[in-house]
Amino acid sequence: MMLFLRQAWTIAAKDLRSELRTKESLNAAFAFAVTILLLFSFAVDVDPDRIKEISGGLLWMVFAFAGALIFNRAFARDLANDCLDALLASPIPGAALFLGKTIASFTLVLAIEMLCYPVFGLLYNISWANHFWTLAGVTVLATWAMAVIGTMFSTLCVNLSLREIMLPLLVYPVLIPALMGAMLLTTQLISGQPISSDNQIWLRVLAAFDIIFTSLALLLVETVLVG
Amino acid sequence: MKDKLLFGAGLMAALYLVRNLYVILVDLPDEAQQGAIYRIFFFHLPPYFTAVVMFLGALIASIQYLRTKDFKYDCFAVSAIEVGLAFAAMNLVTGSIWGRQQWGIWWTWDARLTSALITWLIYAGYLMLRQAIPEPTQRAKNAAVLAIFAFTAVYFTYKANEWYRTQHPGPVLTFRTGKETIDRSMQNMLFHNTGAFLLLASVMVAHRMRLERNQREVESLRRFVHAH
Repeated sequence: MMLFLRQAWTIAAKDLRSELRTKESLNAAFAFAVTILLLFSFAVDVDPDRIKEISGGLLWMVFAFAGALIFNRAFARDLANDCLDALLASPIPGAALFLGKTIASFTLVLAIEMLCYPVFGLLYNISWANHFWTLAGVTVLATWAMAVIGTMFSTLCVNLSLREIMLPLLVYPVLIPALMGAMLLTTQLISGQPISSDNQIWLRVLAAFDIIFTSLALLLVETVLVG
Repeated sequence: MKDKLLFGAGLMAALYLVRNLYVILVDLPDEAQQGAIYRIFFFHLPPYFTAVVMFLGALIASIQYLRTKDFKYDCFAVSAIEVGLAFAAMNLVTGSIWGRQQWGIWWTWDARLTSALITWLIYAGYLMLRQAIPEPTQRAKNAAVLAIFAFTAVYFTYKANEWYRTQHPGPVLTFRTGKETIDRSMQNMLFHNTGAFLLLASVMVAHRMRLERNQREVESLRRFVHAH
């Protein structure tokens, strides 16, 4: 078990290091996220109360779009020079490889989100951090859901010529329950209210989503990668 | 011989449906609260059951494919999902028509409706993924994995109106509610129509499987010609 986690961490560290050196998807995803945030100010009336009502939906749409850019790179990064084949031939189980890549994608998307919250608050004149820690918890749960599904499905799409289009097409429908929960809870938290008892169920949905899909992905990824 | 068997089964399904239609339109009385429109329910729940059976069959076949790598399971999975999608679409459309008549709206974003639509989209994604992968072994493998993920949406839809307060009506069949909430003759009719749709779906799956096998043969012939 320790060995497994250490192997996963090695992969995650490798991916993060190569991403931090080139910043190819990080820069693109962040620029993309800020552009959409900016565009929304033209699409809707910039009245702080109105914006608070749609904040969850707006932010998570942005995160989901920006996330797709990062998940696309999760395995495609290793396609050059047959790195992926070398990784598969190395004595690391497919599940550890997958977990490492998920951790890397998760960290990158989380970094984008942590940058987007203040930008959002700044652009729309909203104090978003009233329930900072609860919001952080919701963000972590939903981002993990995105990372697991995104990375898993990027293994399915890695060899496709239509990869950039197929991935969002498959990922978003599966993600809807998690995104719905995240949007609802984020809207409530940014509006300054604590999570109501009615919406507690969404926290459970997020947690259950994470547990079910993480286990399913760890179980199946070996067959996808190795066959 | 096989052709005759398939034709016979198709004919039986057609006759069964006509017989059901007669009972639905002539024998069964109007429902106490909804009047005549409730009859669309016989074309709402049975296609849903049929779609669920198809998706369940595809799930089992996909797991079997991953275990055995035998292409006949892949062939069954894609056929069942294609047919299941048609029945799921029927379920969505009839539900929407009923909603327009009863609620005054075509669509509402409640948990049941939303998850049924998501299920449809995920399985449509399954077919798109298959089209995007030219290599048969890789196509079968990746599609099988996606089919396993997709089935979670089917289960979620089934349970959605227990877990959430939905605008979609709650369960009515006695095996779900444990009491007599529906008239016996109406419940029997639901089962009869489910039977007819299942028979129809099986015939369609058998036809679709034959197409898939032919397609595979054409592909292998093409590869053979290219190789020589």
